[in-house]
Amino acid sequence: MTIAPARPGGRVQEHSAAPGERERGRRRARRRNVLSALLFLSPWMIGFVVFTAWPMIYSGYLSLTDYDVINDPNFVGFQNYVEMGSDPKILLALGNTVFFTLLQVPLYVIVSLTLALLLDRAGRASGFFRTVFFLPKMTPPVAVGVLFLLLFNGQNGLLNTVLGWFGINGPAWTTDPAWVKPGLILMSLWTVGASIIILLAALRNVPTELYESAKLDGAGFWRTSFSITLPMISPALFFVIIVNTIAALQTFDEAYTAFFGAGNTTYSNDAALFYSIYLFQQAFEFLNMGYASAMAWGLFVVIMIVTAIQLIVSRRFVYYEGDR
Amino acid sequence: MHRARIGLALAAATALALSGCAVGTGGAASDDADYDPDAELSGDLSVMGFSGVDEVATSRVDYAKGELGDVKVKLIEGDLDIQQFLSAVASGEPPELLYADRDQVGSLAARGAIIPLDRCIDGEGIEMEQFRESAVDQVTLDGKVYGIPEFNQVQVTMANADLLSAAGLTIEDVNGSDREAMTAANKALTKSDGGSLSVIGVDSKLPEFLPLWVAAAGGSLLSEDGKTASLDSQEAIDSLTWAVGIYDDQGGFSAVKAFRDSADFFGEGNQFATNVLGAMPMEQWYINVLNEVSPDAPMAFDTVRTTSGDPIAFAGGSAWAIPSGTKNAAAACRWAKAMTSVDAWKAAAEARISAREAEGKPFTGILTGNTTADEQIREMVTSGGEPWDSGIEAMYEANDHTVSLPANPADAEFEQAMQDAVNSVLNGQATPEEALGKAQETAQKALDEGWKKLEDGGDQ
Repeated sequence: MTIAPARPGGRVQEHSAAPGERERGRRRARRRNVLSALLFLSPWMIGFVVFTAWPMIYSGYLSLTDYDVINDPNFVGFQNYVEMGSDPKILLALGNTVFFTLLQVPLYVIVSLTLALLLDRAGRASGFFRTVFFLPKMTPPVAVGVLFLLLFNGQNGLLNTVLGWFGINGPAWTTDPAWVKPGLILMSLWTVGASIIILLAALRNVPTELYESAKLDGAGFWRTSFSITLPMISPALFFVIIVNTIAALQTFDEAYTAFFGAGNTTYSNDAALFYSIYLFQQAFEFLNMGYASAMAWGLFVVIMIVTAIQLIVSRRFVYYEGDR
Repeated sequence: MHRARIGLALAAATALALSGCAVGTGGAASDDADYDPDAELSGDLSVMGFSGVDEVATSRVDYAKGELGDVKVKLIEGDLDIQQFLSAVASGEPPELLYADRDQVGSLAARGAIIPLDRCIDGEGIEMEQFRESAVDQVTLDGKVYGIPEFNQVQVTMANADLLSAAGLTIEDVNGSDREAMTAANKALTKSDGGSLSVIGVDSKLPEFLPLWVAAAGGSLLSEDGKTASLDSQEAIDSLTWAVGIYDDQGGFSAVKAFRDSADFFGEGNQFATNVLGAMPMEQWYINVLNEVSPDAPMAFDTVRTTSGDPIAFAGGSAWAIPSGTKNAAAACRWAKAMTSVDAWKAAAEARISAREAEGKPFTGILTGNTTADEQIREMVTSGGEPWDSGIEAMYEANDHTVSLPANPADAEFEQAMQDAVNSVLNGQATPEEALGKAQETAQKALDEGWKKLEDGGDQ
């Protein structure tokens, strides 16, 4: 007979040898399970460590150095971060990025929600339209950038041609600094399909009995929307907002292709100089990899703060069915 | 205690890994290869940045391969991608040879990414006196040559003869020799339809051609030693004010650029063929494009002219450079010599002539960056009749009157500062004085830092 030690606040228990064996067996099984889980998770974990965690740690180190890739890094402490504070282009790029985000994210969410609501009522045709709306998302961003220059050309672009049919003299979307960002925001709606799919799935999960009860109580469209639909899909809506905010703060591809790529190697419009583009220029055009790493960490901090604020605010507005 | 030790060990391991990870190959820029024109060469030669697939490229590649004997040549497809190059350098596997724009050479040399070619030039017996001075200046940093130049891009005044004639103008009114006349010609040529531009009078081609206009006014944006910026000189301010005024008289740069962007630049619907552009300075290769796609376009050609009436062009082009840490510098040097030799260029010209004859088109010449080759190839040019012969004449005349910016350790930052200044004026965000003043500060700071690093021996 063995006497097991008492747990804090517990009683002294008596065990025979057999239960001890069983306990060891259970532990072995648990270890096997853990090992199996780790084995199945290992491809992702290795990928995460090699391609995400390590590069992040490394860029954190590089942000404290003067490094041009060609020569060894030269430790300079926080000098890169100090220089960021006095770089006028940082402020310009950050301003452009924040402006873009503040306008693009709400518009993107409103458009995707509107289209998802329409699709929800489209009956059997919804499958076809879901595919149609998602297809543009498959277009490579570089192609979208080139397409932007064609569709939004102020002289003879398709958009201004259509506006002309209604007697509207469209602006120079691609060359007028005041209209460059609005043009890019409109163009970003091209990829609204992914968010539509997510929101449509959420809409389909709202229990129909809630709508039936609301109908019996005499609730109209707006009342139903604000009291049932939006609360019930708020987690999906919140996810779409978070993901698109992060994407907007990191916007690069289309703007770079349209205003800084091969077609515009000399003329660039500062109105399209987003933070990620300036970061790229510092890294690969001026070979200031240390400074660019500091910029990347700056952006990381901004995104973390914005996301944290969104998470705090979400506690008031997001309803999870599991919550009580 | 145990945890603290583990933490300390982890921190030490991380620090070790971090400091051991980023090891550059630059800085030292050593060169201990044996260069001998009679040596039998072997090994591998990977070439990055050379994407030529036309007959001018392939014929020279064949010639160079013959000169290299048993060397196994691998051309890495595509134009030079600086990210790709940096990745190769960072991984300790740089290519044996680099094909870069001449305006990239200064920055790469200053960082020790490429080696000086003095020993290669002496050893292989490359005749540098054959090369155009302006081209060699672009690849010479701190008195050392870092690249073997090839090709020369020059600007030529191109105009629509019908539009000029209808407005009672001649090519002399739009070649830059008289800027007031050019401004007047622009107003006469410009046409609007319902408030939007229907004919661009003159395109002064900003921001890229500011250095050309400054040089044509007798100025320069950078001192000959590459150390002092002159972006805020009176010539620069006056040239920018005038060139931006050309756009302002047509409703602003935004309108002109939107119209320019909508053109079928490389097709038969180009601006000259469709009579929607009066005149512009443009690189000489566009003569070939126009002749190819719109042989009946009503063209008129001249060189760009200084304000004193002399021909002038701002040279650009490519160069062969040898990266630091290359494993086969001898083969790289031999390749650069072979590709830029007179014989290789003549082979290229013959290949081009054959190809053009097959299409029933004239051979319009090649600007090689090598004066001896240029002279011999000029003799091979075939007539395409007027106005194309005048175009070729202008091209060769411009080629004999080139200027360039010298290599410097901050060429990317310098160019960016200049372009930012011009763009801010074009976008109506600053006056020429304000913009160029700010650019001067930015560029000079970058130059000072670049030269200081170079004098300190890179980052080592």
